[in-house]
Amino acid sequence: MARSITYREAINEAIAQEMARDERVIVMGEDNAGGAGSPGEDDAWGGVLGVTKGLYGKFPGRVLDTPISESAFVGAAVGAATGGLRPVVELMFIDFLGVCFDQIFNQAAKFRYMFGGKAVTPVVVRTMWGAGLRAAAQHSQSLLSVVTHIPGLKVVAPSNPYDAKGLLIQAIRDDDPVIFAEHKMLYDVSGDVPEESYAIPFGEANIVREGSNGHADVTIVAIGRMVNTALEAADELASSGIQVEIIDPRTTSPLDTDTILESVENTGRLVVVDESNPRCSLATDIAALAAQEVFGSLRAPIQQVTGPHTPVPFADSLEDLFIPDTTRVAAAVKTVVDHVG
Amino acid sequence: MSGDHDERILTVTMPKWGLSMTTGRIVEIHVAEGDTIAKGDDVLDIDTDKIAGTLESPVAGPVRRLVAEVGDELPVGAVLAVVAPAEVPDGEIDAVVAEAKEAAASGALEVPDEPQPQLVEIGGRTISYFTLTAEEPGGDPVVLVHGFGGDKNSWLFVQQPLAEHHVVHALDLPGHGASDKEVGDGSLTSLADTVVGFLDALGISRAHLVGHSLGGAVVAAVARSTPGRVASLTLLAPAGYSADADAEYLRGFAAAATRRELKPLVGRLFADPALVTRQLVDDLLRYKRLDGVDKALSVLLGTLLDGDRQAIDTRGLLAGVDVPVTVVWGTADRILPPPDDIGERVDAGHMVHMEAANDVVRVLRAHL
Amino acid sequence: MTGTLTQAPAAELTPDALLDAYRTMRTIRDFEERVHEEFATGDIPGFVHLYAGEEASATGVCSHLDLRDAIASTHRGHGHCIAKGVDVMGMMAEIFGKLTGSCRGKGGSMHIADLSKGMLGANGIVGGGPPLICGRALASKLKGDGGVAVAFFGDGASNQGTTLESLNLASIWNLPAIFVAENNGYAEATSSTWSVATDDIADRAAAFGMPGVIVDGFDFFAVHEAAGEAVARAREGGGPTLIEVKFTRYFGHFEGDQQLYRADEVRNARENLDCLKVFRARVTGSGQLTDDQLDQVDQEVATAIAASVVAAKAAPKPGADDLLTDVYVSYQ
Repeated sequence: MARSITYREAINEAIAQEMARDERVIVMGEDNAGGAGSPGEDDAWGGVLGVTKGLYGKFPGRVLDTPISESAFVGAAVGAATGGLRPVVELMFIDFLGVCFDQIFNQAAKFRYMFGGKAVTPVVVRTMWGAGLRAAAQHSQSLLSVVTHIPGLKVVAPSNPYDAKGLLIQAIRDDDPVIFAEHKMLYDVSGDVPEESYAIPFGEANIVREGSNGHADVTIVAIGRMVNTALEAADELASSGIQVEIIDPRTTSPLDTDTILESVENTGRLVVVDESNPRCSLATDIAALAAQEVFGSLRAPIQQVTGPHTPVPFADSLEDLFIPDTTRVAAAVKTVVDHVG
Repeated sequence: MSGDHDERILTVTMPKWGLSMTTGRIVEIHVAEGDTIAKGDDVLDIDTDKIAGTLESPVAGPVRRLVAEVGDELPVGAVLAVVAPAEVPDGEIDAVVAEAKEAAASGALEVPDEPQPQLVEIGGRTISYFTLTAEEPGGDPVVLVHGFGGDKNSWLFVQQPLAEHHVVHALDLPGHGASDKEVGDGSLTSLADTVVGFLDALGISRAHLVGHSLGGAVVAAVARSTPGRVASLTLLAPAGYSADADAEYLRGFAAAATRRELKPLVGRLFADPALVTRQLVDDLLRYKRLDGVDKALSVLLGTLLDGDRQAIDTRGLLAGVDVPVTVVWGTADRILPPPDDIGERVDAGHMVHMEAANDVVRVLRAHL
Repeated sequence: MTGTLTQAPAAELTPDALLDAYRTMRTIRDFEERVHEEFATGDIPGFVHLYAGEEASATGVCSHLDLRDAIASTHRGHGHCIAKGVDVMGMMAEIFGKLTGSCRGKGGSMHIADLSKGMLGANGIVGGGPPLICGRALASKLKGDGGVAVAFFGDGASNQGTTLESLNLASIWNLPAIFVAENNGYAEATSSTWSVATDDIADRAAAFGMPGVIVDGFDFFAVHEAAGEAVARAREGGGPTLIEVKFTRYFGHFEGDQQLYRADEVRNARENLDCLKVFRARVTGSGQLTDDQLDQVDQEVATAIAASVVAAKAAPKPGADDLLTDVYVSYQ
């Protein structure tokens, strides 16, 4: 039965249910129990934002605190995955890819191909992404395009609690390495989530909002937290008579290109909203996809709404300018609608 | 509404169709100010996010004001139209309208305490059900049993109107909705046992049983095994009335894992596939993704089908059973095509209780 | 706890075990000599790094391992593969880039693997293996299957953060892991006497709270004994060990390396520092095996290696159909 829980609780519940279902599932990461070896409580933290809190108590011995040593413990998760476990390893911030990327993209991602299809590496790297917490340049990035680029990895970016639970369960059951990117500004967002276990298949976009009576003027493809920004913009635009269809890809690898292209063919207009930096990004990727595949359907140049080509700034006044907001999204929609071709 | 207005002023309000409905969008208005309407007349078409329905008037009299406009998204309970005799002065009508608009805009509508779904243990399984009760219920209670892949919420347009005079229960069969997903052998007998167990658990000695599709065969099996517990049977597009079936739909529904696969199939359930909204498909996907549902549907498929033909013989089950039976079928049913000898036809596809809910309610009221 | 083992007793090994060890070392030597020749003809694509001269290390360590156990290797990995039981026919075909190769021609010399044998792959990234080995050791520890995991790495990788982090992690988690630093004196063309800050790599064990041992890499028996102790300790829950194996390689960093940085030491090594010669003298001197027995192994190995080259050359190359497969287990 569904009840309202937060994105954070949905993630915790997904892990707990999979740990109960499958004893091969283990959890590891910095402070994932929290307090290991310290004089106080053993289960004090549950990760830096408390996502795994309580798991240590339920599954002692299967929730491992690690030293701050990402190369070793992310690599250990990868190695353990080749040894019959299904590790869920937490890379605290996606920014920390810099200190363990080799184990992810040269090892985990490539084993299956390099070894001629004989390797199975069922590891999940949970990691926090996105701007908005005034966490500055090294704790706020949206590096999904970096991991999406790598063949062999799957990349998941849930935008709501329901998706977070179902996609994480799928990630844990999946036999390929998965980067599970949790947007830090969504942890306290609530939504209806079934108590039962369920898996959402990868590569199926969610049509978050349809136009009216099957008609929409513009397609917005939005990722992660930007889905909510797009929804707010769509509500405003609807009052001025512009109908927006919003697509949340949910997984950027695999990407549900069919749903995106079908929508663009129907609307003839595309706006891509992604808070990451603009160059070689998901926005450019999706825009290029539409331009190449459905050029004839386009009635206006594609608009991309992204952060600027800068690191994420610290001061709230600057960070608020960095992150795409409803005004910028609505303006981009109006640009494509008003375009006279 | 505050109670100090002229008692002769009546209102038509946004209904609550189904558990999750909080707002409705006005799609079409069938009456004009100045028209005189009777109870049961079509007033408005309302889109609930899941599916559009037609609101029939609960009141009679001249329509003095239409408060809602096409395109408005209004909360449950919001006043849509004001009905009152010509003698009531315009000023009083305007005051009611102004108050209604303010209430709708402020979000201050009084939504009564919602009845919630409940759980009961039957034969080792948790079964979910939802009950609506009339203030002064009469006669035997009504039990609504959905079909293959459906759930208690599929009765959204039917349960509330029936509950104006009866206690009406809608349950989730094993493998469905919020009930346990384990279906055992999934036989018709075991499903019927669950319904009998439900009557036992709720202390219901006798009930009017209403079943749709597979649920129709299930309630027929209940009448066969325990006729004394059944006041009447109403079978909506029931399984097992002929051997014909859209086996491709049934197997496809069981197998579909994505919206892309599911949406065209769900369209076949309705005479008008445009009724299939994103939300309806999403809700079905949410159900189908739950652990255990795949297996449950695959087992039940074995109960429904023998090759491409129906495996159930509902007419055979009912032979010699002394219970009043009413059968209703949609003329455009593509899943279980209506047999020639079924008299009661309504303008709908397989989902008669969703697509022609008001007709179904009328048929039911005639014999409850 | 750093110590040096020079004179190891050979008495504990049965004649059959000794013959097996010799066969493994001879197979590695012949395999590498033959790859060296074939590479010069231009038939082998890409980068090839040969293990000749280092045979005692892989053989001495892996003779203690079984299918519960896993190893991670370096890009000088052929010897580790052979010692862990990877099929020589498949290896040779892989090096030639053929569909019949261990990895269907998708990995090549630097990525030969056979997970069914517990061989996690030669690794193109220096220091790529030690974190993986922590994970394999963790899996064995949590599953309680008694398995151990061994990371082979070179003197170059001994300076990588991944290696140092892994030593720490293995120690604090008390993992059944063994770290074998194969110090052949050069990281590519750079001398380890210059690039490694401590006198010996084994000295670093103390910093991570584990035993560190130095062994003579030309002496199979020395390696075998040190590895035996480390494996036994790991299996019993006693935690990790760092073993430094000191020796030299006969060939260059990769095939084509003129080795101008090495002066005349290679010829000396081949003549005076050969684990196969040391082994033969030891076992025939003690009367445990005869020259005839060893000569027969030489013959059998030569025949097998020759057959592997013939088969590899005759095998088909992967085609367009193979380009897109094996990226994922499934990808919709």
